[in-house]
Amino acid sequence: MNLSLVLIATITVLGLAGIGIYTLLITRNLIKVVVALQILVKGVMLALIAAGVNSGNLSLGQTLALSVIVADTIVAVIALALAVQVRRHFGSQDIKNLTTLRR
Amino acid sequence: MFIYILIAFSILVCSFQAVRVTRMLYSALWLAGSSALVALLMYLMGAHEMAVIELSVGAGLVTVLFVFAINVTGEQGHTAPSIIPHWLAIVLVITAIFFLGWLILPAIPFATQLNIASPTQNLWQDRTLDLLLQIVLIFCGILGVLGILSQENRPSSQEKHK
Repeated sequence: MNLSLVLIATITVLGLAGIGIYTLLITRNLIKVVVALQILVKGVMLALIAAGVNSGNLSLGQTLALSVIVADTIVAVIALALAVQVRRHFGSQDIKNLTTLRR
Repeated sequence: MFIYILIAFSILVCSFQAVRVTRMLYSALWLAGSSALVALLMYLMGAHEMAVIELSVGAGLVTVLFVFAINVTGEQGHTAPSIIPHWLAIVLVITAIFFLGWLILPAIPFATQLNIASPTQNLWQDRTLDLLLQIVLIFCGILGVLGILSQENRPSSQEKHK
């Protein structure tokens, strides 16, 4: 039963990675980019748990997943704060506006 | 078995809807649903502690942050077209998934007996560096948000002349 569950989780990981990478490549909305990043990281967390179940060391997988959750939440908080500032300064959420920082 | 497939399919549908819908508020809600279903799948896989944390942080805290940011910035689902063409993005995604699956899938049949150990013990005794890193990350995040969201109260040029 563990094997089938790990296989299903792995296929879900591949699907989540595909959705996340495609959206990161396509979208130019800053908040949508954060959403795509969240989806990608959910796949990573699921992969860590599945690897823990598969290798028989679930506690290590859970510990690593906790680190990923903390880092992902911090990234989301900072990216959303950045999106608020970009909207305040430029009037839109297009990531191309960030290139004006070079001037 | 059927319930696992149903949950996995629901995760993919929720994630796809989260990136497809144009209203950002709906996008945040679909993402919360995806987080809750991922937490449910984690619980079924035996990772009870991480399921609870993912449910409270991923589906709770992050959703509140998204709703707050969307309320402040407003609904702007439609933006300019993407920089790279769609067909190139699809080719890149298929290539990435192929290589990811090529790396992951052969490792699955070598399943071993589950070693029942407490993640709490693992975190506090074996992974102390991870714990320190998490504390540093949280402080960096708080400082970063304070720095980004702080209002600049610079005196205007007229006030300077006075």
